[in-house]
Amino acid sequence: MENNSKTYWGTVLGLLTKILIIWFVVSFGAGILFAPELNSISLGGYPLGFWFAHQGSIYVFIALIFWYAKKMGDIDREFDVHEE
Amino acid sequence: MDLQTLTYLVVGASFALYIGIAIWARAGSTSEFYAAGGSVHPITNGMATAADWMSAASFISMAGLIANMGYGGGLFLMGWTGGYVLLAMLLAPYLRKFGKFTVPQFIGDRFYSKTASTVAVVCLLTASLTYIIGQMTGVGVAFSRFLGVSSDTGIYIGMAIVFMYAVFGGMKGITYTQVAQYIVLISAYLVPAIFISLQLTGNPLPQLGLGSSISGTDTSLLSKLDQVVTELGFGQYTTTTAGSTLNMFVYTMSLMIGTAGLPHVIMRFFTVPTVKDARSSAGWALVFIALLYTTAPAVAAMAKLNLHATVNTAVGLETAADGRMVVNAAAVKANIDPYATESSLVYEQRPDWMKRWEKTGLLKFEDKNGDGRIQYYNDKTKSEAAKAKAEAAGWKGNELTVNADIIVLANPEIALLPNWVIALVAAGGLAAALSTAAGLLMAISSAVSHDLVKGVFNPNISDKNELLAGKVSMAVAIVIAGYLGLNPPGFAAGTVALAFGIAASSLFPAIMMGIFSKKMNKEGAIAGMLAGLFVTLFYVFAHKGIFFVKGTEFVDLIGGPNSFFGITPEAFGAIGALVNFIVAFAVDKVTKEPPEHIQHMVEAVRIPRGSKAVDGAH
Repeated sequence: MENNSKTYWGTVLGLLTKILIIWFVVSFGAGILFAPELNSISLGGYPLGFWFAHQGSIYVFIALIFWYAKKMGDIDREFDVHEE
Repeated sequence: MDLQTLTYLVVGASFALYIGIAIWARAGSTSEFYAAGGSVHPITNGMATAADWMSAASFISMAGLIANMGYGGGLFLMGWTGGYVLLAMLLAPYLRKFGKFTVPQFIGDRFYSKTASTVAVVCLLTASLTYIIGQMTGVGVAFSRFLGVSSDTGIYIGMAIVFMYAVFGGMKGITYTQVAQYIVLISAYLVPAIFISLQLTGNPLPQLGLGSSISGTDTSLLSKLDQVVTELGFGQYTTTTAGSTLNMFVYTMSLMIGTAGLPHVIMRFFTVPTVKDARSSAGWALVFIALLYTTAPAVAAMAKLNLHATVNTAVGLETAADGRMVVNAAAVKANIDPYATESSLVYEQRPDWMKRWEKTGLLKFEDKNGDGRIQYYNDKTKSEAAKAKAEAAGWKGNELTVNADIIVLANPEIALLPNWVIALVAAGGLAAALSTAAGLLMAISSAVSHDLVKGVFNPNISDKNELLAGKVSMAVAIVIAGYLGLNPPGFAAGTVALAFGIAASSLFPAIMMGIFSKKMNKEGAIAGMLAGLFVTLFYVFAHKGIFFVKGTEFVDLIGGPNSFFGITPEAFGAIGALVNFIVAFAVDKVTKEPPEHIQHMVEAVRIPRGSKAVDGAH
């Protein structure tokens, strides 16, 4: 059990790291640090960096939370720690 | 029916709905009072969270702020939504598993210390009380602008309404009224936005309209806006940052972790039945929030273009026979000179909505060069070209001052929408302010009745008496909030930034370390919270005065304004959080590790199995 809970927590932290990297890249990366470079690309009438700051990052955030909820459900069942 | 009567009817109907819900959803036990009985569906909770979260500021002021700031305003959009990713993954499910009523109770139990829980209560009360002042003044403003009653009367009416459902219904009453309030506020926001998007771009979805071309042309709306504002000497809309890139980065981070650490938001996740529901509910909350937050930037850019077009025909919109602004495709393509004499609007020919808003003082015209026309431009521009053109045209300074709130408040009138839409916007603004106020009052009263009365003074209090204590502290909190709304302290403007700073620098790191660092002990957590709080308050007070008292600023002592790498005081919460983490881990290293049973508790919090209904046992 001790061992099992260690691997469970390790798997969870792995998932969180992945999600936090994407969270960081779309907002702080594409929306702020690299926005000036991305602005030379257009998405319809949007400069891309501006789009990430005013629209895109929010859409990605929503997808991230639902993806997280789904993956956590899978991990819980895999390690048999889900709620009955 | 005239506008005033219609507005009374729509606002009255929405209030009747809230009171009806209050009667239906009375709380009979502490579990219902603090956590709505732990039986709220995750989608319902998501909707209530969205209303809880979106305040008078989000509804009335945010689009105007973005319109003024342009690209840099994106820090509010990213900051106030990105925090939900952190909340969903790092805090909400684990606090739900912990299964208690309040945030200070988690901090007190996890760090096995009454001191830790008391520090958390103080942080919570300061953050929530400062935040609520803005909501109460927002209620007053909405009443006085739309219903013609004085702002004080408005606050009394608002207090009475909140009293009915918050005191008798607790979290249960608040949850279901928030759902109704969400529906009112989101309709009120979307309807005018859809109309303005159709008018300018022909696309009914504002999110797509913002990225489209202006109707009948192939000039994109944003490039036209960029061209207009830069010609008039303003910063380019799509690229102007908020201070330095570093400041924008840190500001966004502060809003994100502040959002995740605000107790009135966190405690909404104690109302869902399971850990699994807490995870998905955060996603639903963000969906409902994003409906407004992805619309706001479209409202901002479109209303800004509309406003410039109203006072300067060179933009390429014109007033149709019925008074509506319509696109003149040929003029958009022609790129007319905005400095030409006939481009500026003749003051006597201004549209009716400008006359109405001039009366409120939110819009002011001063004919500096005496030509009877309105010149709206940036007279402090750094652009030499714009400066030279303005001088050549005989302009003697900007003649129009526009309060940022007009962007949302006057939008339906600018677009000549039917009166019921204007009435709906009034009800929406009130719903946004009332729902957030109620959530904050819940956080305040539960901290007082559960963490102080039961936790510290009288641990053996019966469930029935604690429920009574909860209702009494709610009533007292409403009176205090009302008093602060009626007599706003001089610092009201800086308060929301303070609430985020406190949540980011003290509460968020403490909760996160409580879950993710099994060995974090009470000495580390307390020292961290105090250190984070201290540096944040120090930096804010240096700029704005000690407790915001004018004349006590000591900004020279720290080397001038924004001396810490150009970071503004509003953006400082993330630095406070960093200090919190560093101090906590340093102190933790040199003191003894937490007792065995606490470490087991952390292990139990990390796995979903064994979750049960929330209860209040200390």
